[in-house]
Amino acid sequence: MLTLTIDGRQIEVKEGSTVLQAAREHEIYIPTLCDDPRLEPYGGCRLCLVQIEGVPRPVTACTTPVSEGMKVETTNEYIEGLRRTVVELILSDHPNDCMVCEKAGDCTLQELAYFYGLRENRFRGERRQYAKRDANPFIERDMEKCILCGKCVRVCEEVQGVSAIEIAYRGFNAKVCPPFEKDLDCEFCGQCVSVCPTGALMGKLSLGKGRQKDIKKVDTVCPYCGCGCNLTLHVARNEVIRVSSSPETLNEGWLCVKGRFGFKFISSPERLNTPLIRKNGRFEEVSWQEALDHVAERLGGIRDRYGPDAIAGLSSARCTNEENYLFQKFFRAAVGTNNVDHCARY
Amino acid sequence: MENSTILIKVCMGTGGIAAGGTEVISAFEKELQAEGISAAVEKHCSVHKVGCRGFCARDVLVDVLIDGEKTTYEYIKPDMVSRIVKEHILQGEAVQEWVVKDDYRTFHEKQRKVVLSDCGEVDPEDIGSYMERGGYDALRKVLTSMTPEETIEVIKSSGLRGRGGAGFPTGLKWEFARRAPGDTKYLICNADEGDPGAFMDRSIIEGNPHSVIEGMVIGAFSMGAHRGYVYIRAEYPLAVERLRLALEQARKKGLLGEHIAGTEFSFDIKIKLGAGAFVCGEETALIASIEGKRGMPRAKPPFPAQKGLWGKPTVINNVETLANIPYIVRNGAGWFAQFGTERSKGTKVFALTGKIKNSGLIEVPLGIRLHEIVHDIGGGIEGDRKLKAVQTGGPSGGCIPAEMIEIPVDYESLAEAGSIVGSGGMVVMDETDCMVNIAKYFLEFTQAESCGKCVPCRIGTKRLLEILTRITDGRGRPGDIELLESLSNDVRAASLCGLGQTAPNPVLSTLRYFKAEYEAHVHEKRCPAGVCKNLLTYTILEEFCTGCTMCARVCPANAIVGERKTPHRIIQDICIKCGACFETCKFKAIKKG
Amino acid sequence: MQERLEEILKTYQEDEGNIISILQDIEESFGYLPEDAIEWFSERLDVPPAKFFGIATFYAQFHLKPRGENIITTCCGTACHVKGSERLISSLMRELQIPTGEDTTEDRKFTVERVNCVGACSIAPVVIINKEVYGKMTADRLMKEIRRLK
Repeated sequence: MLTLTIDGRQIEVKEGSTVLQAAREHEIYIPTLCDDPRLEPYGGCRLCLVQIEGVPRPVTACTTPVSEGMKVETTNEYIEGLRRTVVELILSDHPNDCMVCEKAGDCTLQELAYFYGLRENRFRGERRQYAKRDANPFIERDMEKCILCGKCVRVCEEVQGVSAIEIAYRGFNAKVCPPFEKDLDCEFCGQCVSVCPTGALMGKLSLGKGRQKDIKKVDTVCPYCGCGCNLTLHVARNEVIRVSSSPETLNEGWLCVKGRFGFKFISSPERLNTPLIRKNGRFEEVSWQEALDHVAERLGGIRDRYGPDAIAGLSSARCTNEENYLFQKFFRAAVGTNNVDHCARY
Repeated sequence: MENSTILIKVCMGTGGIAAGGTEVISAFEKELQAEGISAAVEKHCSVHKVGCRGFCARDVLVDVLIDGEKTTYEYIKPDMVSRIVKEHILQGEAVQEWVVKDDYRTFHEKQRKVVLSDCGEVDPEDIGSYMERGGYDALRKVLTSMTPEETIEVIKSSGLRGRGGAGFPTGLKWEFARRAPGDTKYLICNADEGDPGAFMDRSIIEGNPHSVIEGMVIGAFSMGAHRGYVYIRAEYPLAVERLRLALEQARKKGLLGEHIAGTEFSFDIKIKLGAGAFVCGEETALIASIEGKRGMPRAKPPFPAQKGLWGKPTVINNVETLANIPYIVRNGAGWFAQFGTERSKGTKVFALTGKIKNSGLIEVPLGIRLHEIVHDIGGGIEGDRKLKAVQTGGPSGGCIPAEMIEIPVDYESLAEAGSIVGSGGMVVMDETDCMVNIAKYFLEFTQAESCGKCVPCRIGTKRLLEILTRITDGRGRPGDIELLESLSNDVRAASLCGLGQTAPNPVLSTLRYFKAEYEAHVHEKRCPAGVCKNLLTYTILEEFCTGCTMCARVCPANAIVGERKTPHRIIQDICIKCGACFETCKFKAIKKG
Repeated sequence: MQERLEEILKTYQEDEGNIISILQDIEESFGYLPEDAIEWFSERLDVPPAKFFGIATFYAQFHLKPRGENIITTCCGTACHVKGSERLISSLMRELQIPTGEDTTEDRKFTVERVNCVGACSIAPVVIINKEVYGKMTADRLMKEIRRLK
């Protein structure tokens, strides 16, 4: 453990921590845009600049490792002035259309603009303008709102191992894009959407479905596979409009395309509400009692006539371990066969 | 001239070749053969150019050595060769009218050559000619009779500081890397000379590539590296070619590769071509580029000496720094430290260009007065106009105004004056140069070279440039100067790497010394130096115009009308203010203002 | 094209961090970076094409579109700037009728490009026409050279 002083408070942290980690552990607020504790430090947004005694220029808290006896100041007039300029510069190259922006209410940039009270902008000038919209089915990419924090690029490379996007060009023209600026064509896991601090990356399925204040959040577990990722369903007017996952969960907030974007079926009119039995070549709605009786009767009949090995059971990865345990138990003990398998074997 | 040794050296640097050096060489070869004289015609890169008014555009610098006695000719064309051979080589009478004049002597008098001492003397394409002059002696000495620690001590006590920009003590850098744990370490030579207006690294590699290689081997031995890279700009094809050749020759002589000079020490060097990004001169960006990535810098610490190329301890030295090493080892730390000042030891190469009579590459002891460089070595201002300022350090540097011409040129004094030594660009400006325009020029450069990773540099330099552009366009607003100053300070403080941190320097230093010029642009919509197009009008003074039609003929926009032999007139709506008429008029009949 | 790509691949197979060198060789061989070539390499090396694209657009040396037969490079270093390189460029653009924002003539005969500094400041302004360096360039001489190439 190392001892250092942040804003006059003496604190102890693990060796190898960064100043930002140390501050966060002790609930000392330092603003950031490009930081995500789950990703490699980047040092691009410059909001976490702090002053360290004996170091001539301000340094970024996210990249600076702590050292014994270090004296850090996270806020003062000078530092806040620099941060204010940084936010003002970002806003000078931003559409500033919060009124119609999907992200409003959940946007880090918006919060910072509010915090620094930036109504006017001293640096108004040329703004990046991109006409092209991406026609992929899941992710709305509005690169005019991109602040080049690089989180999406890092999550795609470091977590997902895909690198479907990369920062291209340089300087003021730098732009996050798929190769040759084509439409995004990837796994659509949507991790990039989940880390984006502004409205640059949004889920297409959620667009225009409800503002932040109307949303009820319901925590649940993803039903798609046995991993059991924690989900938070965003519900508006009794409809699931978005799925997120908190970084504090078992799955660290990471989801796959199914968990993140595969929620449309919930309110699909084509979804089955009761069991169906084919009678005279047509499906008819029946009660659960009737359906289960029907299955039991037929399975029993086949077993008696052809023997238990004429029957095989194939289970699903979407079931929990407990469910799958019961499934194989049923086949071995009740039906009497070892013909049990699972879709994940293929 | 029987039984004499005759040596003819022809300048074959990028400048010399552009001026026809190749043709001059073949003319000599042909002429000598015709006369049946046996002489060695050596290619040699003379970087000591003098009197560049038309020098390279018209001709080539040639040394004729007869039994060691040297005569230097300037402005030589292929058709002049025959007379030199007949009169000088055959009859022993130098062609006096073509021999260099007095300014050639004054140009060299105040210089102290260390790094450049062999440039222009050795044939860069022949390792033997470097070795004859003591080349690779230092390497043998270090490898056979010194420990790495002793070598580092020599460099430390010589006081050598990095010549690439920041001026960090070289010995200390090596020591850090030596002490860093691990067996795999790298030494990188930074030859990504990107500052516009600086060309010493190119000239050193073109003129004496072996000094850099020797410096690298000594450095690698000191820090414990077995692999080295030279990261060099692809825009320097000749330098790349000569370096490649030099590496091969050094390997053949056993001075590079396995068991160097028969010792246990092995080290080899690879060339990596830069792909055109100024920011790659920054250490961490350069490393990213060698690793095959986008050249984006990262925060330090960790410093490259701890975690550099492929995560291993790495030292990055600039070309000039490395080229100093063999001479320091050969002659001793004390010898080197006699040049320079208390804190800035040794000599520094500067690229003296701009509105100066003798432009070229110069090497001077640090601490020399700027006045001596401009007036004694440089021979004063072109066209005998008035000196306005000297820009040092390129886009990361600043301007020293004419009033401060007595300033000593060393790391500390220049920093105090708001500029830097930097890589050694030195552009002389006269009263016809607009300082706001110069600041804008540098900002255009840095803004285009910003990698885009951090906000202050990506958007901040863009906004600085926009403000400067509107000021020079005559659209400056009250408050712009203050805004420029405050944004400059913020970009300087908040940017991630050296590029952004120094990008505002040209603005801040011109604001410091030439504020009135900014005010004239903003408040009076006037460019005192007569440079900023939108603030200018060209008019023809009827009383001087002879109606020669020259101006009308050169006008690219056809904006000049008038009958032959009668005064002409410029149609202001069509005029694009290119200034072609102004420069063409022989009668000073065109007024700019 | 395939054959040349195989050759390039062979040269760099064992070298770490070779993407830039590979791109330099493609550029040298074809005058620009054809999309197919990048995709071919991306597949062979199992490096995502986005990485290639990011690098290709970062460095000034690489071009994604074919360039002109004749390449005219104007140095825009400080010394050349002070000595009028901007004027040379604007007269070039006018003479070759290259629209603003573009760098190549419609018939792909000429490409005009800027370079930061070629390090030949004492003979400023410098123009490089098809790899040959011309010092102390004037608009007149430049136009003569261009017309000769036409």
